[in-house]
Amino acid sequence: MWAMIVKEFRQLRRDRRTLAMMIVLPIVLLVVFGYAASFDVKSIPVRVIGAAAERLATALPDPFEVESVDTAAGRAEAERALRDGEVPVVFLTSETGVTVLLDGSQLFIATSTKAAITALSERAPQGVAVEVEVLFNPDLETSAIMVPGLAAMILLFVGTIITSLGVVRERQAGTLEQLAVMPLSPTDVFLGKIAPYFVVAAVDMTVVILAGMWLFDVPFRGSVLAFGLGALLFLFVTLGLGVLISSVSENQGQAIQLALLLLLPQIMLSGLIFPLSSMPPGVRWIGYLLPLTYFVEIARGIMVRGAPITALWPLYAYLAVIGTVVFGLATLRFRRSLAPAGRGRSEPEPALEGASR
Amino acid sequence: MSWGVRDLTVRFGGHPALAGVSLDAPDGRVTGVVGGDGAGKTTLLRCLVGAIRPDEGEVRRPDARRVGYLSSTSGTYPDLTVEENLDFAATTYGVPPAEARRRMAEHLERTGLAQARGRLAGDLSGGMRQKLGVIRAMVHRPALLVLDEPTTGVDPVSRADLWWLVAHAAAEGAAVVLATAYLDEAERASWLVALDDGHVLAEGSPDQIASGLSGTIRTASERPDGEMAGRSWRRGARWRVWTPPGAEDVVPDGDVVDPDLNDAVTVAALIRELELSNERGGVS
Repeated sequence: MWAMIVKEFRQLRRDRRTLAMMIVLPIVLLVVFGYAASFDVKSIPVRVIGAAAERLATALPDPFEVESVDTAAGRAEAERALRDGEVPVVFLTSETGVTVLLDGSQLFIATSTKAAITALSERAPQGVAVEVEVLFNPDLETSAIMVPGLAAMILLFVGTIITSLGVVRERQAGTLEQLAVMPLSPTDVFLGKIAPYFVVAAVDMTVVILAGMWLFDVPFRGSVLAFGLGALLFLFVTLGLGVLISSVSENQGQAIQLALLLLLPQIMLSGLIFPLSSMPPGVRWIGYLLPLTYFVEIARGIMVRGAPITALWPLYAYLAVIGTVVFGLATLRFRRSLAPAGRGRSEPEPALEGASR
Repeated sequence: MSWGVRDLTVRFGGHPALAGVSLDAPDGRVTGVVGGDGAGKTTLLRCLVGAIRPDEGEVRRPDARRVGYLSSTSGTYPDLTVEENLDFAATTYGVPPAEARRRMAEHLERTGLAQARGRLAGDLSGGMRQKLGVIRAMVHRPALLVLDEPTTGVDPVSRADLWWLVAHAAAEGAAVVLATAYLDEAERASWLVALDDGHVLAEGSPDQIASGLSGTIRTASERPDGEMAGRSWRRGARWRVWTPPGAEDVVPDGDVVDPDLNDAVTVAALIRELELSNERGGVS
């Protein structure tokens, strides 16, 4: 047995990346779970509108934070602001009472708001009726917000893990060099490589969404086209991440480790499970760098709230920027994997190179 | 004009893997690159097909569409069937489907792979996989066919099939460059380049290399002592001793033999080793 232990230690010492993962992963987990894993909502941004808006705005206690006050607006404006994701809570005031409109796609904020309102209405002056109305997801069903999130996660898994394995397998089998000398451009190889995963991911996502709608009555209120465009942009990022991982990994084990290292923070810090607003600012900013954060927002916005693309365009723009950076890096790395090795004189005689008879 | 390389130098981490190596590969000829492990065969072949950029020297090769290459790692997809592997190559090289089918059928039939066309490449024996690799490399009738040790670890029957494929490719007009570590097999090539530690030891037809050996070769039942020990090597059950021209060796029970390719390449390596040790002795 001693010989076996020594052998394992020697192998582990050579596999630097696994060793690094064993040290880095617990630290990442500690930070993520310690700081990010919180369902507590400490502050709730609200908009107060209607005839008595100014009076109510000054009277609202914590955790409500008044973002804006508009005495001229009415219910239509309140619903629009919620649908477009501008605020999660709107206090719609009139001379006779207050209607609190909640965005049901923001589950934890809606629940906390309901609890806070119950406490508040006990202290409300006589004759003022306080009514709470949850829009988009009236029963505050978890499935309504989890199914769009899961669709996003599937794209992430297929795009990143499966793609990274597909390319690294080629390297391990020794066929990458074969491809490099075949009459295929790096773009041919790159696009040919990701096309099947693209199709599989798209089919997977459609199945999950249809199953969610059928089994859990998850609504799909917005435009399918806008959703498709968001999914396309997000796939663009995840497939790029997959190729990037595979181009810096020597074998499938390394690719999986690296993919997990990138996936875990996305799942934890994207708002998929824990609300971003509950995280401390430092950790929340990591979330804002991650592509999943934006697609979860897009998916929930379109499916649950029926938000139009005009309200969500900054999210699309962020995804496009992240996608361009990741895809650019992936293409560069991939080209290098396929380019002839060696340095020194970079090109053989041009007159002879590629000559044909 | 023939394909090949001239004055090729490749360095890995400062150490020359190839030092001023030249090789010509005219149409229709099988050119063998022979040498032991680490001699530079794979590096030379990878330069020839464009997988490595040389530090110095020139490479003459046709357009990528007219190069066929089998790397030392077989280069077939284990999770594709024999037919699917060949389909992929044929489509990539733009071979018309009818022509591809005809060639595939002929080559698979001739090499005993016809029954295995539906089997996954990963389930094939080593020899069958190598045959598939060579068939794949020549599916598009390449002008230059480069094969890196196609016969290593292959049984004699499959080896004969592989050589049929090689000869067939040359008969079709391809310039074939083939690396091997086996000297007995290298004799099948029409032209040989023997490499040792990145240098060309000998070059010519197998007969030219064998007859070009200077000095005499004797057999001996025991390894000789003294200075002769450095010029002797085991071959089968007996030893061989090389005596340079002009030197006199007394080898007990030593019969003079006609040198063959194996002797000639071994002696060329010995001479290089002696020269290097003399140089080192001169410096110190």
